[in-house]
Amino acid sequence: MGLLSDPNRRRALTKLLTRLNAPICVMCYLAGVAWFMGLAFEPFTLRTYMSENAMGSTMVEERFPAGERALATGREFAAHKKKVGGMPVDWLVKTMQSRGLEVFTQSFTRKLPFPDENKERYMVRGTNVYGILRAPRAPRTEALVLSAPCSEGNNNNQAVGLLLGLAQYFRSQIHWAKDIIFLVNEHDLIGMQAWLEGYHHTNTTGGDWSPLQGRGGSIQAALSLELSSDVITSLDLVLEGLNGQLPNLDLANLFYAFCQKIGVLCTIQGKLQRNDWDTTSGYSHAAQTMMLMVLKQASGRPWGDHGLFLRYHIEAASIRGINSFRQYKTDTTTIGRLLEGMYRKLNNLLERLHQSYFFYLMPSLSRFVSIGYYMPAFGLLAVILLLRALDLWVQLGASPPGTEDGVAGGVQPSSPGVLSILTPVVISHMTGVALYTLPILSQEMAVQHFPVSETEAVVLTAIAIYTAGLALPHNTHRLLQGEGTEEGWRVLKLVALLYLAVLLGCTALINFSLGFILALSLVPIAAFITPHTPKALSAAIMVLLSPGCTLLYCVFVFQELQETPVSLQDGWMLFLSVISQGILDHALYGSLVYPLLALLIYPCWLLLWNILFWK
Amino acid sequence: MAAPLTLLLIVAVTIRAVLFRSSLAELIPERVEVVSPLNAWKRVVEGLALLDLGVSPYAGDVFHETPLIIYFFHFVIDYAEIVFMVMTRLVGCVFLLQFRKQKYALEAERYPLDCLELIRTPKEMYYIPLKVAMFYLLNPFTILSCVAKSTCGLNNAVIALFILCTVKGSSLMSAIFLALATYQSIYPLTLFAPALLYLLQRLYIPVNWQRSSFWLFTTQYTFMYLGSLCVMVCLSFFLLSSWDFLSSVYGFILSVPDLTPNIGLFWYFFAEMFEHFRLFFICVFQINVFFYTIPLSIKLKEHPIFLIFMQIAIISIFKSYPTVGDIALYMAFLPAWNHLYRFLRNIFLVSVVLLACSALFPVLWHLWIYAGSANSNFYYAITLLFNVAQILLVSDYFYAYLRREHHLTHGLYLKRKDGSEATLVLK
Repeated sequence: MGLLSDPNRRRALTKLLTRLNAPICVMCYLAGVAWFMGLAFEPFTLRTYMSENAMGSTMVEERFPAGERALATGREFAAHKKKVGGMPVDWLVKTMQSRGLEVFTQSFTRKLPFPDENKERYMVRGTNVYGILRAPRAPRTEALVLSAPCSEGNNNNQAVGLLLGLAQYFRSQIHWAKDIIFLVNEHDLIGMQAWLEGYHHTNTTGGDWSPLQGRGGSIQAALSLELSSDVITSLDLVLEGLNGQLPNLDLANLFYAFCQKIGVLCTIQGKLQRNDWDTTSGYSHAAQTMMLMVLKQASGRPWGDHGLFLRYHIEAASIRGINSFRQYKTDTTTIGRLLEGMYRKLNNLLERLHQSYFFYLMPSLSRFVSIGYYMPAFGLLAVILLLRALDLWVQLGASPPGTEDGVAGGVQPSSPGVLSILTPVVISHMTGVALYTLPILSQEMAVQHFPVSETEAVVLTAIAIYTAGLALPHNTHRLLQGEGTEEGWRVLKLVALLYLAVLLGCTALINFSLGFILALSLVPIAAFITPHTPKALSAAIMVLLSPGCTLLYCVFVFQELQETPVSLQDGWMLFLSVISQGILDHALYGSLVYPLLALLIYPCWLLLWNILFWK
Repeated sequence: MAAPLTLLLIVAVTIRAVLFRSSLAELIPERVEVVSPLNAWKRVVEGLALLDLGVSPYAGDVFHETPLIIYFFHFVIDYAEIVFMVMTRLVGCVFLLQFRKQKYALEAERYPLDCLELIRTPKEMYYIPLKVAMFYLLNPFTILSCVAKSTCGLNNAVIALFILCTVKGSSLMSAIFLALATYQSIYPLTLFAPALLYLLQRLYIPVNWQRSSFWLFTTQYTFMYLGSLCVMVCLSFFLLSSWDFLSSVYGFILSVPDLTPNIGLFWYFFAEMFEHFRLFFICVFQINVFFYTIPLSIKLKEHPIFLIFMQIAIISIFKSYPTVGDIALYMAFLPAWNHLYRFLRNIFLVSVVLLACSALFPVLWHLWIYAGSANSNFYYAITLLFNVAQILLVSDYFYAYLRREHHLTHGLYLKRKDGSEATLVLK
């Protein structure tokens, strides 16, 4: 406590922090970025290991033999799908029943707030079919889920075939201590949402679905399977779920362990693991993998059908078969054996997966960075905001009461009116509310008056409101009487800095990637913006680092990292579709990224913009 | 004064009315930060239902309010929202009244000349009651607590009335309200000492063990206090014709059987503890609340109102089921001490920590309970930090108060013996 109570030492510390404030901030920023980039360097990461006892020490044998038959079922399914022109419900029910499952269906309808142009759907009507294999060995209090989406066109037929094949095979085994639910969901995530809400008796987003007729126990884990070819070269594991939530790391470990055991090539983010971490290309490969994970997590959308399970405290992942032009091929029997092994191990679970990490980043499938290692990168960025706030606080007091000894004397400067601070804050937030509500509300009007489709109308309205917000500082000043004082902007900036710090801190706890990306772009402008910097230059920098532009860069970087670079034109179109997807994700599944950006981050940025144009 | 007060009341009531009608009204009463097992409205409703069925409301271990409260709500159940609004307004108005008069006599005494700037001008004093009322009525913590219909608002009203009566110098009413507050939640017991000190000061009776007038008044006040407490307890017994409520209310407060997470320090500690240490540590934890009364009373015997503030703050930090409503009560006092502002040292740090913690509570709760990715340690870490910040805040105010007193007697600009400027160091 000496530091807090001894005025001399406090004064020395304060003086140090205020005099060296700018260099310390720059150092912190660079250190934060360097720390983050260092996370992909293999010696700094940990090797994954199985923490769950129930899955680690027990042996299982995989004997699934019927890969060919599964493929034949898949072809049959494809034929029926083509004939019906959608989900062949009757055929599926009959087939599942013939395999000895209790079969139920659930129908659902959903009207999207505006047409989804990526998937070309607006009024969605569909049916989920699921069969329950009752556990022969235990009271039916727990369940596992294996799901395969019924997609349009020729996709995923093999996945449904394998699912049915596994159902038949599992039925003949006596090991099962948990119910196993085989689910074929239509319209990917919308169907999954309907099924999960039906299963858990909730309705969070106002969908319309029929109640479920049959249930298993509480779901412990789920896998979603996506296979589109008879043979595959590698399996890709997808972990990122809604709002950047990740399943327990043990699920990834389980997948990796079986891939190693059976000898299947496995990837994460579509990137194979490399052993040459000490070369530049090896490091950049790991860094790219990690950056992809960060970008996907930051988007807050479910990247596979498993993404919605996580909300219900169910560990889930998607497994995606990839067929590229490699020599090494894996047939369906092998994938079936892999899944059998994973379900046998999950069947052994005595409690929910909880032993291993929930907060992690993966530079490769066998390496991970836990929260304790990556949080300092964010902390170094966030501390800049606090340092700047401290600096402002010291400047604000002519006899700074918070930091120096009270005796130093001097008259307290008249504090700026509450109104001059409150007005920009309120106006910024009103703009945020407009950005959040207006695009969907005004789509009809926009469609009537302009030659655009509904989706374009929504996206363009959002961009228009976003841009219109930039004109605000002038309007704010018209509302205020008198001149803004020097004190005024300092107080406003103090408020904005603390607000941003708390906001980013909370965001980073829920979704580290989103918090980190936002901090990366917002912290520099928040730290160094004043009304006295050259206006044009600062304004340009501020616009370039605004949340909207950050999103645009993310789109380009993401495409670059996925090795599918796009031209400027395509990138812009992609950017527009990303915005519409973000709004849809919020409306359909309750993703929080869009409201967070519109209602909190954007107003905060507007506050900083206000400071720049303070008169 | 009337116009701004009316405006303030209208704003405060509007905010609450809007929140009562919004969808948040269902969410807020579920938050563990806002309601505790003692004062949750859900539990009061349950107790009332049991009472209507002719069962003891304490059967079933859900209801832990005192019998008088349940009979009070028995009559006003239909107007519950209005009651809560009135209660908060009452507290606000009471705070408004009580700071009118006090503190003047103290400062009119002769101090060294350069201390003039330390003494508050009447103009500043004039606005303090309004600021206090504003701090209470517009504090988000109070608003949350009111919207959740936590009975904490009632307790706050009783304590505020007690302070008002004490400041007005009515010893009988003061004793009655103190007894009522004690009857509600035991802990206000520690406010006995400051109230007594204040009343003695008002009657110009020195605190002197040899003087008979001191003993006479102390006995008188104690008797009034214990008498009214006794009446209330007996009344409760006659209303319910059983002593169930003693173990169900006071036993519940003191032995802390409900370890639902809250913003206090008890739950995590006792959830982790081996059963056979429990009694010992419960004693240690509970003594914490009462223990500080003695040293603080000795140190602050000249300043009973500040002592009341310190005691209320300590109660709200160390009580077994604290909620944000308790914190709002002592935070309402802060504008009254705005003359200490220049001596505060950590106010920036503390307010940033308090702010950050308030935002992090719901986030970590979400991660722990809904997402399942964090665990109780995360939440407790924030609780701990929140309480440390509160303790720092209170001790900072304590230090500033003593410091101001020192300057009032020794002059504002201290000189060392060799003539250079001196600074005070707390060791």
